[in-house]
Amino acid sequence: MVKKKAMLIDITLCVGCNACQTACKEVNHMPVDEEKALSTTAYTALNEYDGVFVRRMCQHCDDPTCASVCPVGAFTKMPEGPVVYDVDKCIGCRYCMQACPFQVPRYEWSNTYPRVQKCTMCHERLAQGLPTACSEACPTGATKFGDRDDLLKEAYERLAAEPDKYVQKIYGEKEVGGTSVLYITSVPFENLGFRTTLQTTALPQLTWNALSKIPGVVTVGGTLLFGIWWITNRRHEVKEFEQKLHDTNHSNHGKN
Amino acid sequence: MKKLFTTFGFWKMTAVVIMIAGLYSTYVRFFHGLGASTNLSDTFPWGIWIGFDVLCGVGLAAGGFTLAAIVYIFNIKRFEPIIRPTILTAFLGYLLVVVGLMFDLGRPLQIWHAIIMWNPRSVMFEVAWCVMLYNTVLALEFAPVILEKYKMTKTIKMIKRISIPLIILGVILSTLHQSSLGSLYLIVPDKMYPLWYSAYMPIFFYVSAIAAGCAMIIFESFLSSRAFNRGLELNLLTEIARICVVMLGVYAVMKAVDLNDRKMLSLLTVPRFETYMYWFEVTVGVIIPFIMFTQRKIRQNTTGLFIGAVLVVVGFIMNRMNIAITGMEGWTSTTYVPSWNEFSITMMIVTIGFIAFYFIAKYFPVFVDEHEHEDVHKNSVNMYSMHEDLRKVSSPV
Ligand code: SF4
Ligand code: SF4
Ligand code: SF4
Repeated sequence: MVKKKAMLIDITLCVGCNACQTACKEVNHMPVDEEKALSTTAYTALNEYDGVFVRRMCQHCDDPTCASVCPVGAFTKMPEGPVVYDVDKCIGCRYCMQACPFQVPRYEWSNTYPRVQKCTMCHERLAQGLPTACSEACPTGATKFGDRDDLLKEAYERLAAEPDKYVQKIYGEKEVGGTSVLYITSVPFENLGFRTTLQTTALPQLTWNALSKIPGVVTVGGTLLFGIWWITNRRHEVKEFEQKLHDTNHSNHGKN
Repeated sequence: MKKLFTTFGFWKMTAVVIMIAGLYSTYVRFFHGLGASTNLSDTFPWGIWIGFDVLCGVGLAAGGFTLAAIVYIFNIKRFEPIIRPTILTAFLGYLLVVVGLMFDLGRPLQIWHAIIMWNPRSVMFEVAWCVMLYNTVLALEFAPVILEKYKMTKTIKMIKRISIPLIILGVILSTLHQSSLGSLYLIVPDKMYPLWYSAYMPIFFYVSAIAAGCAMIIFESFLSSRAFNRGLELNLLTEIARICVVMLGVYAVMKAVDLNDRKMLSLLTVPRFETYMYWFEVTVGVIIPFIMFTQRKIRQNTTGLFIGAVLVVVGFIMNRMNIAITGMEGWTSTTYVPSWNEFSITMMIVTIGFIAFYFIAKYFPVFVDEHEHEDVHKNSVNMYSMHEDLRKVSSPV
């Protein structure tokens, strides 16, 4: 079985050099000018909070909300970790953007036949056994690529080694059921623009709770409706029949 | 007659203006893209085309399956005189929802992908299939009206033979997708303001759609009685208002219990924009019409009925817009105000609906009692029996 890959981002090590964005833009053949927010031409971007830099990118959720909501299944979660988008399927309903709990997918609003854009976790490089371009470019090791299990273990070791420095939490370990991008930090996550109130179970279960009732609604509803129709219709027929009987009796009487 | 002409002149002019503006916006939308034509953004990807054109369009067409169930499943035949216009409203409503979607989808030519590329975990996938199938059902339910005009009795008979399964299918499909429009939002527990987000949204959507569907039956009967200068089936509409008030009551109780269960009642007094919008929606769309429709006097009064119905419809639209827009603005910290292109396209779609209804009703036997509408007032029994006769020849399924 393939091992699930991940990236560990240690915010305390990031120096804000933007090498990750530049490398990403290069492998994805995008204009290399610096961008401060995620966009259709920036799959990753640095946000600064008082000298602390936070890399934003797709979290590559284990049970991705984007993949579950897409009506045509344009998103796939690969066993290696990446969540990838297939433009040839997409109909452009933007439900993925509406639903993503991290507000990651970006849309080509100015394009007349737009695509959804987001980090691919370099799945083509992964297939060749290479690490993601951004982690390879990172000069300080702030972004580290590896097996998710190993990285989680390493993150816990770092937290334990310097308990006063680190916030004792790995963001992405449990959020919406776990993700393939993990963050650790010395500044509380809430102050760095992270959503810390997200539930720890995967979101798709919420809609599945409703969707799984459909077979029941169809069979019970169908039977019920048919039953009601049968009864009311029967009543109707009986009434009509009695009326007819009544009428014929009457006319017979008249004849007699 | 002259007065009628001038009022029609006014509406005609308005329609022409709306259509011209809408066509221009259509050009902007398809030749310059969604960015140029809408105020949508990465943080606010769904606007009024989803909130109004889809959520309200589908919901307001709920009268179709409600009345079909009453007449054909519950066999309450006295409602037959209003079934055709109601089915027509529903059919046009659903067709226009699809038209609205073609504007909203970024890659509209790929819309058929939903047919062959399946994702059963997606609510949107389910809604797409239901709407597709229900459109077919509605087309078949309405077809006899068209066929009747061309005296194609054989085809009518064929459709009539499958009529009951067809009606049942229609009711089930409607139940599924009306509630699923609420399920669409189950996936955003964090993003939506908690006054609206609830695990019971599917049920709220379903019940409120039936209430709004009833209100639309009343509303539409009034408009067509005006436009076609025909009588009004007041006693039937009074009964529809009774169904409506029951639905509103059920809805209000469920909403209150749900807020209480989620310990969110305190939010009702927080001075925030969302609170005001919530109260506005509930007062206009539920509380006032509920009180009105519980009064027999108002139910039996033409003006009272009309005002009550309009309030329900307005409140319903507010509810859907609040869920799609107001409730989503806070978390994303965006304010979304639709662009004028979004407005003009929406208005164009609504106008197309009115025009289509007018012409279909004018040239096809939608109002079967039309030439005898004097009798409607004088003698409803007479009208009913006349209907019975007509029904033997043909009926909308
Ligand atoms: S972060 Fe958003 S876009 Fe990325 S996998 Fe998760 S749900 Fe999908
Ligand atoms: S916009 Fe495309 S990828 Fe996103 S949910 Fe819709 S069809 Fe799927
Ligand atoms: S994983 Fe690849 S696509 Fe994603 S940000 Fe890094 S370099 Fe860009």
